[in-house]
Amino acid sequence: MRFEQLVLPHLDAASNLARWLLRTPADAEDAVQEAMLRAYRFFQTFRGTEARAWLLQIVRNTCYTWIEKRMPAELMTEFNEELHTTSSPTPEFIAIQANNRKQLSRALELLPLRAREVVVLRELEECSYKEISTVTGMPIGTVMSTLSRARERLARILTESSAREASSEL
Amino acid sequence: MNCELNATTLHAYFDNELDAVRAADFELHLKQCSECSASLNRLSALRDGLRKSDLYQAASPRLRSQIAQQIASESRGTGLRWKFWVPAFSVTVIAIAIAAGVLFLQPHSHSGRLQSELIDAHIRSLQANHLTDVQSTDQHTVKPWFDGKLEFIPPVSDFSQQGFPLLGGRLDVVDGHNVAALVYGRRKHVINLFVWPAADSSVPLNGTGARAGYNWLGWKAGDMQFCLVSDASSEDLRQLQALIHP
Repeated sequence: MRFEQLVLPHLDAASNLARWLLRTPADAEDAVQEAMLRAYRFFQTFRGTEARAWLLQIVRNTCYTWIEKRMPAELMTEFNEELHTTSSPTPEFIAIQANNRKQLSRALELLPLRAREVVVLRELEECSYKEISTVTGMPIGTVMSTLSRARERLARILTESSAREASSEL
Repeated sequence: MNCELNATTLHAYFDNELDAVRAADFELHLKQCSECSASLNRLSALRDGLRKSDLYQAASPRLRSQIAQQIASESRGTGLRWKFWVPAFSVTVIAIAIAAGVLFLQPHSHSGRLQSELIDAHIRSLQANHLTDVQSTDQHTVKPWFDGKLEFIPPVSDFSQQGFPLLGGRLDVVDGHNVAALVYGRRKHVINLFVWPAADSSVPLNGTGARAGYNWLGWKAGDMQFCLVSDASSEDLRQLQALIHP
């Protein structure tokens, strides 16, 4: 009964993380099922009160194992700091872009895996830095630097995609 | 125009991860730094977009019910429980298996079988997630929980003051009939109090004994049968009995 009370309420969080890591709904559902089963079987080992972070850690590891087997290229992509735009977009510009769900979704998908992971955990799941560190295994310092670069990258992708759209309309 | 401030400080401020002192320092800086102000506004715009855009991928109803079914069958299936290898409590699993094996080898009178089943039920309850269906120290929560689930309502009291806290309750099956199981703690020990109508058993259970490392203490009161099972001492069980039926 305790599993249902403590862990099951975080099923949506599990589903959200898996979906953004694995991209397709079918893969994400398989991963979530596997992770939930693993969480149930290992529930005896759960100590403390952070059930969401504990579950998401299992989900994350399940997804990474999956990715290692089927999409290993995902693990290779790192930030390459090319700067197409030298000027920073205005906040208003970002606001406009960010209100376009399709653009935003695409931009998020274009982020490298680890960058995407921390943005999803921070912005969609509203995890603290400490929780993100627990889930991903990154030290907090790495969480912070990955997050700041990921956000800048997102802003840049949004800017570039809008520039492309504008030029294709000419 | 390049702000000297560490980028991560700005992000940490935005995420409310700076302590009060550093946050105050940053706010002072903000008053003079238009670059940081603009950055913060950009981050806000990004955040608003991400949160408003319905990007959160919650579990579909189908996935939700699939998971619920899977977990239900995990908790029911006895075979699966022994198959997987979990280093953390593999020793416990083996110990339980041995204890159960020992029980099967003993000769049984009817009451002997009843005692075995009670101890068996106690051992089963010690496994993950099997101890309580209703988990509460409040007798006013636990007692009514049984209503409608059994043909009788067991007496339920919490004895935390005397060192026997009520941990919760569950339904169990012993000797082919439904029993109420009330779970008490005694320091690090778990005590199961099994309660059922005396009419359900052909043989009354009176007395004490020990089997496979567990002590049991049974008695009849009114038309109900009671039995305590635990690895706590028989003295502890006697004390608890005295509290339940002074």
